[in-house]
Amino acid sequence: MTDPNTVQLTEDGRLKHFLTTEGLSRELLTEILDTADSFISTQERAVKTVPLLRGKTVVNLFFENSTRTRSTFELAAKRLSADILNLDIARSATSKGETLMDTLWNLEAMYSDMFVVRHSDSGAAHFIAEQVTPNVAIINAGDGRHAHPTQAMLDMLTIRRHKGDIEGKIVAIVGDILHSRVARSQIHALRTLGAAEVRVIGPGTLLPSDIESMGAVPYYDMRAGLADCDVVIMLRLQKERMQNALLPSEGEFFKLYGLTKEKLAFAKPDAIVMHPGPINRGVEIESAVADGDQSVILNQVSYGIAVRMAVMAMAMSGQQTPVNSEEPA
Amino acid sequence: MRYLHIANARVINPQTQTDEITDVFVADGRIATLGRRPDAGEIEHTIDATGQWLIPGLIDLGGHLPEPGYSQKGSIASETEAAARGGFTHICSLPDTKPVADTSAVVKLILEKASKAGFSRVLPLGAMTQDLAGEQLASMYTLSEAGAVAMSNARRPVRNSYVLRRLMEYAATYDIPLFLNANDLSLSDGGCMHEGPVATRMGLPGIPETAETIALAQILLLVEQTGVRAHISQITCRRSVSMLQQALENGLRVTADTPLANLLYTHEAVTGYDSLYNVQPPLRSERDREALVQAVARGELAISSNHSPHEIAAKKAPFSDAEPGMSQYDAFLPQAMTLVSREELTVEQLVRALSATPANVLGLSQSLTEGADFNAVLYDPRDEYTLTASEMASGGHNHPLLNRTVAGKVAQVFLEGCRIC
Repeated sequence: MTDPNTVQLTEDGRLKHFLTTEGLSRELLTEILDTADSFISTQERAVKTVPLLRGKTVVNLFFENSTRTRSTFELAAKRLSADILNLDIARSATSKGETLMDTLWNLEAMYSDMFVVRHSDSGAAHFIAEQVTPNVAIINAGDGRHAHPTQAMLDMLTIRRHKGDIEGKIVAIVGDILHSRVARSQIHALRTLGAAEVRVIGPGTLLPSDIESMGAVPYYDMRAGLADCDVVIMLRLQKERMQNALLPSEGEFFKLYGLTKEKLAFAKPDAIVMHPGPINRGVEIESAVADGDQSVILNQVSYGIAVRMAVMAMAMSGQQTPVNSEEPA
Repeated sequence: MRYLHIANARVINPQTQTDEITDVFVADGRIATLGRRPDAGEIEHTIDATGQWLIPGLIDLGGHLPEPGYSQKGSIASETEAAARGGFTHICSLPDTKPVADTSAVVKLILEKASKAGFSRVLPLGAMTQDLAGEQLASMYTLSEAGAVAMSNARRPVRNSYVLRRLMEYAATYDIPLFLNANDLSLSDGGCMHEGPVATRMGLPGIPETAETIALAQILLLVEQTGVRAHISQITCRRSVSMLQQALENGLRVTADTPLANLLYTHEAVTGYDSLYNVQPPLRSERDREALVQAVARGELAISSNHSPHEIAAKKAPFSDAEPGMSQYDAFLPQAMTLVSREELTVEQLVRALSATPANVLGLSQSLTEGADFNAVLYDPRDEYTLTASEMASGGHNHPLLNRTVAGKVAQVFLEGCRIC
């Protein structure tokens, strides 16, 4: 009950839900990347769909608004030939006082096969996976500050395709680590896939306490933190951080932690620049870098569909395997 | 005179540092003799307590009764029955009912319902501020006349230092004791677990240690200034233990307790998002837990229940959305006894922290000595059972031992000589 992997894995160690990158084996993470790689080639064909999820119903269950993430999941489901239903819960059921459990029971009654869940509470996807009936796969599309595992895996795929391998690379994640589910999922995945060093760069107010315990090295000075990096991942800075006494101003943040050509020069010359989007030009990154040679931000978006197809296909196949056929002799 | 005779019990009484197998004779609600037959009279009934332990009745310095106002979570009858089964003869009820216990009518209602139910005796805590809002003083004198044994603001803090100072001065005038929770809301607001590596990994907003220690420092300084009789409810941090030690060395009249959950579990229990372990104050680190256990062993802390029964829907939600608290009364004593079986406390240290120490906080005496009220628990350490929802007395099944084997069982509980369990 306590180990997340007893929830998201089958007894023989395959995915049946995808809730977090934490604790997943290197083999499994690599399998996700390899499967996604194979889907990238199908994306370049004229006919982009494959029949892996034909006849299955996928429900996009977004308790928090996100047009972009929802669209990539929708596209991924369609390219796997699934039927897809988008539910914008943020503006319907829960605002009428319906509890999360009521919503789930209603959706189960529709015989869906997979829920793609985004929720503002850390652990929400985990909670839903524990509560739903068997044979419904849960894909975490972001829960609170906890995890955004498909985003992290598309970032891993981006690094692998542009840098050859993750093994031995120095990766810096810059900005609001405290509130970032993306950063947490990236740190787990990078550590498991053999990155030489994972650095987190930001002011003390935006680095969570005891971040070292996750295997990340904190830096307050961006130039020192970027030295010899192979990969620079910028995080989006939310405007409300200025109202919470976490930061004085966007201007000061940009001066200290905004990615400019000058600061990027401290990283390796062939370092790549990534960002989960949507970017705030002039707040965490200057346009010359966002649109520059080292930026792979747009590639990330196209890999996102392939990674989501891979995870959906794998989790659905994990659900379909009979765990124990209890036929009496 | 007709006597109740309890034969061959292991009588453990921390007040007199007694631990021996002996006989107890009870008449008129009091212990007539210990270890010897009374000179005159006859035995009405003998309980063969061979293999069982007889300890003073437990006293809880803080538990939530869901009545009035939260009938979906249980009733005064259900929770006092659960408390009796857990070994409590007396429980202090927190004032955060609906309406809050800031009028004598609510205090009297609680007392009447508890008395009618006939299980553990309820010692109501009155609200120290009106509606627990932390702004206007509640009528503390009237509330104590109505039967409130002390005043508390539950976990709702008095944010304003001026108000806190004045209410301490006012309570000190009439020697009304205050039960204070150390919680700086500006630091704890939005948090749902201990701030540290587990919260960071799980992405849950943390409650830093300083939310407790800063508020504790403020309370201790104002207690020193006002001279009020103060009890600190539910401390959870190692640092708080040393701050209290220092206050005692400086001659301050303060006592304190810690919730049982903080002696048994740490923030690691939250891994896996089990909403059962969403409690306020939060479960903290192993270092904190060890320091609390040691303070209990030294006799510096009482152990409270922080009993918080909840209906299923209140707990069946993502971790941070779940209502905080554990239902603790059913099987409380066996659960606490695990500290003895783990060899972290001696049975005498544990029993003292559950009876003599809290009695002292309330100005009561809870001791198995001749002439004392017979408030006692017969505990069978060899018995074993499974705690199922249908067998729980509490309306809240959010119990850490639900559907698990409980080692040890409360066999009988006596309040002033009458069996309440």
